[in-house]
Amino acid sequence: MSFFGAIGRWARGFTQELRDFTDYTESPRRYRRLRRNMILMGIIGTTIPLVLLAAMNYHQFQRAMKGELMQPLRILVNRTKHSFELFLTERLSALSFIASAYSWEELADERGLHRVFQVMKRELGGFVDLGLIDRRGIQVGYVGPYELKGRDYSDQGWFQEVTVRGRYVSDVFMGYRKFPHFVIAVERQADRGEWWVLRATVDTEKFNHLIASIGLTETTDAFVVNRVGVLQTPSKYYGKVLEQCPFSLPPPSQVPMVMETEDPYGREVLLGYTYSEFPSFILMVVQPRAELLRSWITLRSELFLLFAASLLVIYMVLYKVTGLLVKRIQESDMRREASHREMQYTNKLASIGRLAAGVAHEINNPMAIINEKAGLMKDLIETSDYCPNREKFLSLTGSILQSVERVRNVTHRLLGFARRMDVQYEMLCLNEVLQEVMGFLEKDAFHRSIELQVELAEDLPRIYSDRGQLQQVFLNILNNAFEAVEDGGRVAVQTRREGPEWVAAAIQDNGKGMSEETMKHIFDPFFTTKKGYGTGLGLSITYGIVSRLGGKIQVHSREGMGTTFTVLLPLRAPQIEGSRDGTM
Amino acid sequence: MEPCRVLLVDDEEEFVTTLAERLRLRGMEAKVATSGEEAMRILESVPAHVVVLDVLLPGMGGLEVLRRIRAKHPQIQVILLTGRGSDQEAREGLSLGAMDYLIKPIQLEELIRKIREVAPCAARERL
Repeated sequence: MSFFGAIGRWARGFTQELRDFTDYTESPRRYRRLRRNMILMGIIGTTIPLVLLAAMNYHQFQRAMKGELMQPLRILVNRTKHSFELFLTERLSALSFIASAYSWEELADERGLHRVFQVMKRELGGFVDLGLIDRRGIQVGYVGPYELKGRDYSDQGWFQEVTVRGRYVSDVFMGYRKFPHFVIAVERQADRGEWWVLRATVDTEKFNHLIASIGLTETTDAFVVNRVGVLQTPSKYYGKVLEQCPFSLPPPSQVPMVMETEDPYGREVLLGYTYSEFPSFILMVVQPRAELLRSWITLRSELFLLFAASLLVIYMVLYKVTGLLVKRIQESDMRREASHREMQYTNKLASIGRLAAGVAHEINNPMAIINEKAGLMKDLIETSDYCPNREKFLSLTGSILQSVERVRNVTHRLLGFARRMDVQYEMLCLNEVLQEVMGFLEKDAFHRSIELQVELAEDLPRIYSDRGQLQQVFLNILNNAFEAVEDGGRVAVQTRREGPEWVAAAIQDNGKGMSEETMKHIFDPFFTTKKGYGTGLGLSITYGIVSRLGGKIQVHSREGMGTTFTVLLPLRAPQIEGSRDGTM
Repeated sequence: MEPCRVLLVDDEEEFVTTLAERLRLRGMEAKVATSGEEAMRILESVPAHVVVLDVLLPGMGGLEVLRRIRAKHPQIQVILLTGRGSDQEAREGLSLGAMDYLIKPIQLEELIRKIREVAPCAARERL
């Protein structure tokens, strides 16, 4: 109960975990755990029914097979019993026939009895002697190897039994000749009130023939025991005639039965047996279980192999499928995270854009007044003939106008950031754009001994894009790269084709690189690592432009190892909305 | 060539009067209106080469004034000058017939250059 309770608790925890599986930023350990749990769940879900099925099949097969395999043993036992019964009945009948067919006088005559005995021996076989006993129990006639004529049987049990039941079959005993015999006797009542008993001794040689004729296998044993468990025929493994049978007597049954037991040697055997009422004996056939059930054992091994193979296949499939599934989940989580970030970023841009536009407007109007007032002051100083401190005033107004110009630059950039700039599409060569931009930076590279490695793909297809905006993009990225490297550092620019739809430009530096935390924010507006002099708009604007041009921008960076920006641009322009005739 | 006649329309009086004075110093005839209605009134009586028009005006908006000027006085050129840079506004203004869309604060020399670009009239860029 507690095992199933624990399984239940675990399964509930697992489903809860699946439901709450939204924290995709966590380490890959989480996915490994998910996969492990999925595999465990799968194993439990498939193994339990499979085990139950296999167990049920096993038992059903076992029952059916055993029934099937034990049936031949039952038939064998039955047939053998009949043979024994027939053998004994045949001899009793013969004796009975002789007792009826011949008169007392004929049998009491020594020669007559001798002749009858010879015929019996010849026709039926197995008879050792034949005796005629009168009503007083005295053997009046005898043919056989012993001197038994005149012997008195009146006080013997068998004589009493034959007087009561009319016939008698004894247990096997060792005769004077030291081989097993048994006695059969019948009584006869003639019409004239005469009464006698005919008694014959039979050796058990024939029994052995009978057992030999039932066609037992090498390891199978068959024998007869009496009601007290004494062997009446020799056994291959369990003793000689008249020894005690090592098997305890099975429960009485007239129909053949099969039971599983152990023999004295500890072998598992199947014991087939049946009781015979008259003559009274128990026939036993012993067969090693392993031999009889060989086909069942083979089938069992095959079942087990099938079970193991099924489990293996299930586990392999589970392993593969969960791997695939978890990978898909991970990918979809990553995509979701990316789109979530992009959405957040777009929203942020939009609200910052609105804010920037409002602020710029509020600032631009007073700045315009300051600009005009200072301008007018400057105009007046310049046009007036007399003005003390003229140079000083001109310098002051010049300063004011310069400051206004600085503010103007900032507000115009803010507005540029906020507005949706129109894109002027044309067919252009990305290599050319990069070369133009690198032209601006050559002087800087020379002064700072920065190695500018250029590797432009010669067969790069022309793309449909905006030259000015692309210049802005690459200028921003290259400026950042130049700022990231020390003097004497290296900046590599490479272009290549990326699949059938894209071209890529990669700008790689061996500068200080970025931490993961910085990487998360580099495209955020106003995020800057250049303390004091950056606006934090450069990469944000870059990102906006690349998105507008239908491209993608990827960043790979490791702290201390440098950074690579890859700009992917489509060969064809994205869907363009609105007109393009505005200028600003 | 006759001197440039310019009408400056802006509700920021401090800005517009100063700008007018500076233009006059450079040989232009500059008039000032602080609303769209006033601008239309002035144009009825005094012809102008160029109207420098703010977009955000109280009452009749700048774009409406632009529309009326284009309708009534098609020979007069209009330059939009605004503190708010909006793509959509610029596009609308230009499609209504404005010759340019400039953002405050602007350098005077640039404004004069734009005025002379759109109208055949005389003005000095420098004092």
